[in-house]
Amino acid sequence: MRESKNVWVLIEIVRGKLKNVSLELLGQGRKMADALGEKLVAVIPGSGIREFAQVAISCGADQVLVVDQPELKDYSTDGYAKVVCTLIEKYRPSVMLIGATNNGRDLGPRISCRMKTGLTADCTELEVDEETRLVKWTRPAFGGNLMATILCPDTKPQIGTVRPGVFKRPAADPDREGEILSEHVDLKEDEIRTRILEVLAGEGDQGVNLEEAEIIVAGGRGVGGKENFRILRELADVLGAQIGASRAAVDSEWIPALHQVGQTGKTVGPRIYIACGISGAIQHLAGMSSSDVIIAVNQDPEAPIFQVADYGIVGDLFEIIPELTKRLREKKAG
Amino acid sequence: MEMKILVCVKQVPDTTEIRIDPKTNTLIRSGVPSIVNPFDKNALEAALQLKDQYGAEVTVLSMGPAQAADALRECYAMGADHMVLVSDRAFGGADTLATSYTLAAAIRSLGEFDIIFCGKQAIDGDTAQVGPELAEHLGLAQVTYVAGIEKKEEFLIIKKEQEDCYEKIQVKMPVLLTAVKSLNEPRYPNIMKKMKANRMEVPTLTAKDLPDLLPERLGLKGSPTKVKRTFVPSVRKTGLMILGGDANGKVSELLDKLAEAKITL
Repeated sequence: MRESKNVWVLIEIVRGKLKNVSLELLGQGRKMADALGEKLVAVIPGSGIREFAQVAISCGADQVLVVDQPELKDYSTDGYAKVVCTLIEKYRPSVMLIGATNNGRDLGPRISCRMKTGLTADCTELEVDEETRLVKWTRPAFGGNLMATILCPDTKPQIGTVRPGVFKRPAADPDREGEILSEHVDLKEDEIRTRILEVLAGEGDQGVNLEEAEIIVAGGRGVGGKENFRILRELADVLGAQIGASRAAVDSEWIPALHQVGQTGKTVGPRIYIACGISGAIQHLAGMSSSDVIIAVNQDPEAPIFQVADYGIVGDLFEIIPELTKRLREKKAG
Repeated sequence: MEMKILVCVKQVPDTTEIRIDPKTNTLIRSGVPSIVNPFDKNALEAALQLKDQYGAEVTVLSMGPAQAADALRECYAMGADHMVLVSDRAFGGADTLATSYTLAAAIRSLGEFDIIFCGKQAIDGDTAQVGPELAEHLGLAQVTYVAGIEKKEEFLIIKKEQEDCYEKIQVKMPVLLTAVKSLNEPRYPNIMKKMKANRMEVPTLTAKDLPDLLPERLGLKGSPTKVKRTFVPSVRKTGLMILGGDANGKVSELLDKLAEAKITL
C-alpha cells in the first residue's frame, strides 16, 4: 500500500461565503504539517469557488485541490462525500481536518465510514506526537464534564472535525505561493439524493451566526421575558454583537432556538461573551467556556456563571446593561 | 402501504446530574440516573407524529447492555409498536464505526424501513456520528439536524437547521434523519403502556443472530479510534467580582478594569 502523507483541510464555502473555521483549520493544519514534515493541502469543493484557492494559499496551504463543478453549488451529503472520498483514494492523505459545522458534522462520518477509518468529532485541541506521527485529538464529552484524547493508530486518514472559534485565524500572507490543481469527479444527477429547495432565514432573525461572532450578548432566565431581550439587543447593536441565549430563555420561547448556546444548542468561542441573567448550568458552560473573555451580570452572587467569568458584576441586569449601553454609546459618539 | 419507521435510541447517563469529585477529580457516575437520550425522544416523537397522521409501524432499536431494555420500554410506553435490543459482550467498547456497523446489520435483519430516525447526537459522547455512519452502511440518503418534516407522497420536505438559517430540503424515502430539539416536544409515556411494557420481554439480537457480522469489525477490536486518556477539564478561575456600588459605579469599574487589561468592547 502506498504510504499516506500530507495534512488536508476541507474548505467549506456556503452560498459563496467562506466559513471562518476553514481558515482556523489552515492555521492549525500548517502547524501539524510542519511537525510531520508534510505538505498542507486545502481541498475546495463547490461551484465558482476558484477565487478561494489563493485565500487558502495565503493562509498556509502548499497545495490546493479545486473541485469546481455545477453539481457542487449547494452542499449535499452524497455529492460532497463522493468527491472527498474519490480524492482521498487518489492522494492518500495522512490527516484530514473538517470544520465541526452542521455540514462538516454531516459529511465527516460519511467519509470516515466509507474509508473505514476513525473520526474524532468536535475537537478542541490538536497535537501531533512526533515520535508516533499520530494526531492526538482532544475533545469534550459528557456535556463538557470530561475531556478525552483520542488516537486513530491503525487506519488512514486520521480524520477529525474541529470546533469553530477554538483556534485563531492565521494572518494571511498575500505573497505566499502554492500549487493549484483542478480536479473533476463524475457525479450523475441521481447520485445526489437531496435537493435544497429554499433557504429560510431563522424565524425573523436574519444572519444569526453565533459560531463566527466576535462578541455575544447572551440572556437567560433572569431576562424575564421576550420583550426584555430588547435591552440586550440595544447593547448588542452598540457593540456589533450577536444575541445568544440559554436553554431556559429558548424553552420559554422568548427567543428562537438558533440563538441557543450550550450543549443542546451551539458551541461558541467569541472574543467577548457577556452573560446576562444566566445562572451558568454546566450545559451552558459547555457551549461558551472557550470564549476569550467572559463578563457575567447576575443578581445571585452564588450563580455558577461567576466561577468561569473573568469579570462578574453582581447586580440587576435591568440597571447594569442599559447603563453599560449608554456609556459605550457615549464613548463611541466621541 | 403503511410506512415502516425505525427509531434508534441510546440509553445515556443524565449528564445534567454528573458531578466532579473534587478530591479525585474524576466523574461521579454512581447514582446518576439513566435516561433515554433526549434527542432520540425528539426522533421518536417525530416518528409517532407521522404514525398518528399517516399510519405507520414504529420500531425502536437500541444497542447496549441488558438494562438498555428499560430505555426501549419507555419508548414503547410513548407509543412505539416494537422494541429490539442489540446486546452482546462482543459489541462492548465499540466506537461509532463499530457501533454503526453492528446496528446496520441488526437493521438489515429486521427488514426495510421508509425512514430511520436518530437523535442528532447522544448527550454522553456528543459525536453526532452514528446516524450518518448508519446511513453510509445502509447506502441511504440522509438529512441531519432536522427541525421540521412534511410528507408529500414518497418525498419528505425537511426543514434543516443550519448555523444561521434553515434549509428546505427535498428527499425521497427511504432516508435517515437526525432530530434536533426544536423539531417537537416529546410526549409523556402512557402509564398503562408503561406497566404493560414492564411485563414484556424485549426481543434481543446477539452476535449469534447476526451471522454476517465480521468479528474483527466488532466492539473494541473493530474500533479505529482508541481513547488514550480522559481528564477533567481545567476550570476557568473566577475572575474579578464587582459587588458594591450602584449601577453607574459598577459599570465604571468594569470599563476601567477592561481598559487596564486592554480589552476593547
